[in-house]
Amino acid sequence: MTLLEIENLSLTIGATPILKDVDLTIAPGEVVGLVGESGSGKSMTALTIMQLLPHLARAEGRVAFDGIDILAATEDQMCALRGDDIGMVFQEPMTALNPVKTIGEQVAEGIRWHTKASRAEAEDRARKILDRVGLPETKFPLSRYPHELSGGQRQRVVIAIACALKPKLLIADEPTTALDVVLQAQILDLLRDLVRENRMGLLLISHDLAVVTEMADRLTILRRGEVTEAGDTARTLSEQLHPYTRELALASMHVPARPKIHQAGSAKPLLEVEGVSRDYPGRRTSLFRRAPPVRAVDNVSLAIEPAQSVALVGRSGCGKSTLARMILALDRPTAGAIRFRGETVTGKAEAELKPARRDMQVVFQDPYGSFDPRQKVEKLVAEPLHLLEKQPTRTERRDMVAHALQEVGLGPRDMDKYPHEFSGGQRQRLSIARAIITRPKLVVADEPVSALDVSIRAQILDLFAELNQKLGIAYLFITHDLTVARAMGDEVLVMHEGRIVERGKASEVLDHPQSEAAKALVSAAPDLHRAIARRMQEQG
Amino acid sequence: MTAYLLKRLIIAALTLVLASMVVFAVMEILPGDPARLMLGLNASADQVEVLRNQMGLNAPLVLRYLHWAGGLLSLDFGRSYTYSVPVIDLVRERVAVSLPLALIALALSTIIAIPVGVFSASRQGRAGDTLTMGAAQLGVAVPNFWFALMLIYLFAVWLRLVPAGGFLGWSAGIWPALKSLILPAVALALPQAAILARVARSALIEVLNEDYIRTARAKGLPYRTVLWRHALRNAMIPVLTILGLQFAFLLAGTIIIENVFYLPGLGRLVFQAITQRDLIVVEGVVMLLVAAVILINLLVDFSYAIVDPRLRGRQ
Repeated sequence: MTLLEIENLSLTIGATPILKDVDLTIAPGEVVGLVGESGSGKSMTALTIMQLLPHLARAEGRVAFDGIDILAATEDQMCALRGDDIGMVFQEPMTALNPVKTIGEQVAEGIRWHTKASRAEAEDRARKILDRVGLPETKFPLSRYPHELSGGQRQRVVIAIACALKPKLLIADEPTTALDVVLQAQILDLLRDLVRENRMGLLLISHDLAVVTEMADRLTILRRGEVTEAGDTARTLSEQLHPYTRELALASMHVPARPKIHQAGSAKPLLEVEGVSRDYPGRRTSLFRRAPPVRAVDNVSLAIEPAQSVALVGRSGCGKSTLARMILALDRPTAGAIRFRGETVTGKAEAELKPARRDMQVVFQDPYGSFDPRQKVEKLVAEPLHLLEKQPTRTERRDMVAHALQEVGLGPRDMDKYPHEFSGGQRQRLSIARAIITRPKLVVADEPVSALDVSIRAQILDLFAELNQKLGIAYLFITHDLTVARAMGDEVLVMHEGRIVERGKASEVLDHPQSEAAKALVSAAPDLHRAIARRMQEQG
Repeated sequence: MTAYLLKRLIIAALTLVLASMVVFAVMEILPGDPARLMLGLNASADQVEVLRNQMGLNAPLVLRYLHWAGGLLSLDFGRSYTYSVPVIDLVRERVAVSLPLALIALALSTIIAIPVGVFSASRQGRAGDTLTMGAAQLGVAVPNFWFALMLIYLFAVWLRLVPAGGFLGWSAGIWPALKSLILPAVALALPQAAILARVARSALIEVLNEDYIRTARAKGLPYRTVLWRHALRNAMIPVLTILGLQFAFLLAGTIIIENVFYLPGLGRLVFQAITQRDLIVVEGVVMLLVAAVILINLLVDFSYAIVDPRLRGRQ
């Protein structure tokens, strides 16, 4: 008996086709993975099941849940289903909860609405489910507000809301994409347990093949709104019959070619960080008192040589980004010194930093947020040119921008476009073009590929590798993704609670981690090979 | 929480002090000698000098400021140059008209604006939205005195429900007094409500696109419930901000409206005082209005903390 049956589902929004002839079934207690790149229609499939589609969306075909025809159901019928028999968990835990309501109110609200329970009864049940998802009363009373919780804790609250009434079907749309690997493993474990306890069906939507392989019994691969392949997870991925499946699997394990291997100790360091610490003032606990300062970065030392690529890995909140900001002289260390090309940068005035800034550029995570939408590419990419001693003329500037665009695989004609005319991957190319236009010696890249699809991400990693080989740019890659660290790092530094707890050659650290923190990261990181092997073993 | 409130309180007090300095300085710069004004054109220079000494006008600037500001603290605004009575006596009965008028108008504009904003936002882009926002656009554009005239014509002249103007005083009973305040309050409130409704609409539309609205919908709550329970409170911050800022315009608006409706309020008092160069009355009334605006904005700051737990800090 199937719980959810989708047959020939087609969806259009206005005149744009979104889904075409999608078939999908889920049985009680079954985990089905829905995999695809951004824009492939994964989330729209989920929102069709929930009937929370945007205006102007028209769905055709058949969607049956537990004998109910979803596409023909009235809004009242859907309200009765949502949050009761069908729960949903979303991608972004930081914004998924109402900031002005307590977590207790938000969990109890759905319970009260569906069961007509009294406030006290509903709060009692809310308490139980919060305990169940790992938020015990002593530390997480119902009166907590979302802003007092971390991302992982908030995602637990969202799961509690979705699972409060023991739904028959849970839809999880990229539930762990915004979390670090250790939190991801915890949340996936929780979802797995909830499936087992309640014989709940789980539709797990993800762009990450490794995550889906670890979790799902069966998987469906979507591309441009159409199902390209569907079937048993282990078989689909081990046989890789469909070329697109193979493409996805290869891209997610892609290691860019870097024939010139960096020889450690071959040159004087380009960047030296010596005993750097950064304290932030503690929270104000009362009118006159503050908590002791928080040490975000604690006595960190590191060195990067010219053309060396160093990966800095660690969980979210470990101090990676604070360290990067200090290296870029965007923040001042509380103690310690940072030297770039042999010159101390700490404590220098902005005007004196100009030459250093020219040789040290940055690429951020979010290719959408790091461009002013009202400016043309020419101006955006040319931004760092103001750091040059001699300001280029307008034609010189256009030449330099055209050259930089060419180096990142874009054409000179793209100069006169606006950022919104580019896809996510192209925008990340733009931010790389902006970073290399001054011919820097060092590029700090803060999670540069974690917002990108696997195939785009493989291309961007290739681009980083190529620029490193061709132009000899040194990198500091900040990432929580160990596959990126393995692909790009000559050396890996593992950071934990503000300290560097382990360092060494990438393969050594990642294959034989010594410290607790590194072991936790490595064992939590999803790995496609390992996951397929485990699945095959389980199924014999 | 207390730290936040205390900080707001200190800022409000400092603003008040700064405002008093500005008001005092402006009055100093304005041409015209109060002593000469009181004695008339035919007074001799000696007579004026004697009066100047009596009034303390020859004391150093700082001393005169401190004397004036110290008086304000004990509600002593000095004596009117024109009527030779304490300013506070002139002000007291006028406040009893203007304050209720402003508060009723403020309440009315909120009561009208928020449901209209919610209605419009929930029908974004549809006929209901276009129609209400068109009306709001008209409300913003049309001056309040024109509204006032139309209201008088409709409700006082034609339907004869309320008096066309004048105020009998609170001693004549609460109902008759309210009846003569209701039309001016509506005339004041309508343009304000139009602005506020537009702000409420755009704030709500922004909030309705937030992820947590989708979470609330996924719980099974009907759209209407989500709108009122989840969206509105989050949209209140910009609405409150505009409400606080509008209060100053509301007070300025009373000057015109009180003249249209012939109400003996602060607006008319200050209007007369300006035409008669009775600067000390102007100073006093302006300080009162400044204090009222600062107070309302302090209340707005406090209500931010009620609406948004993130401003309260950890309990």
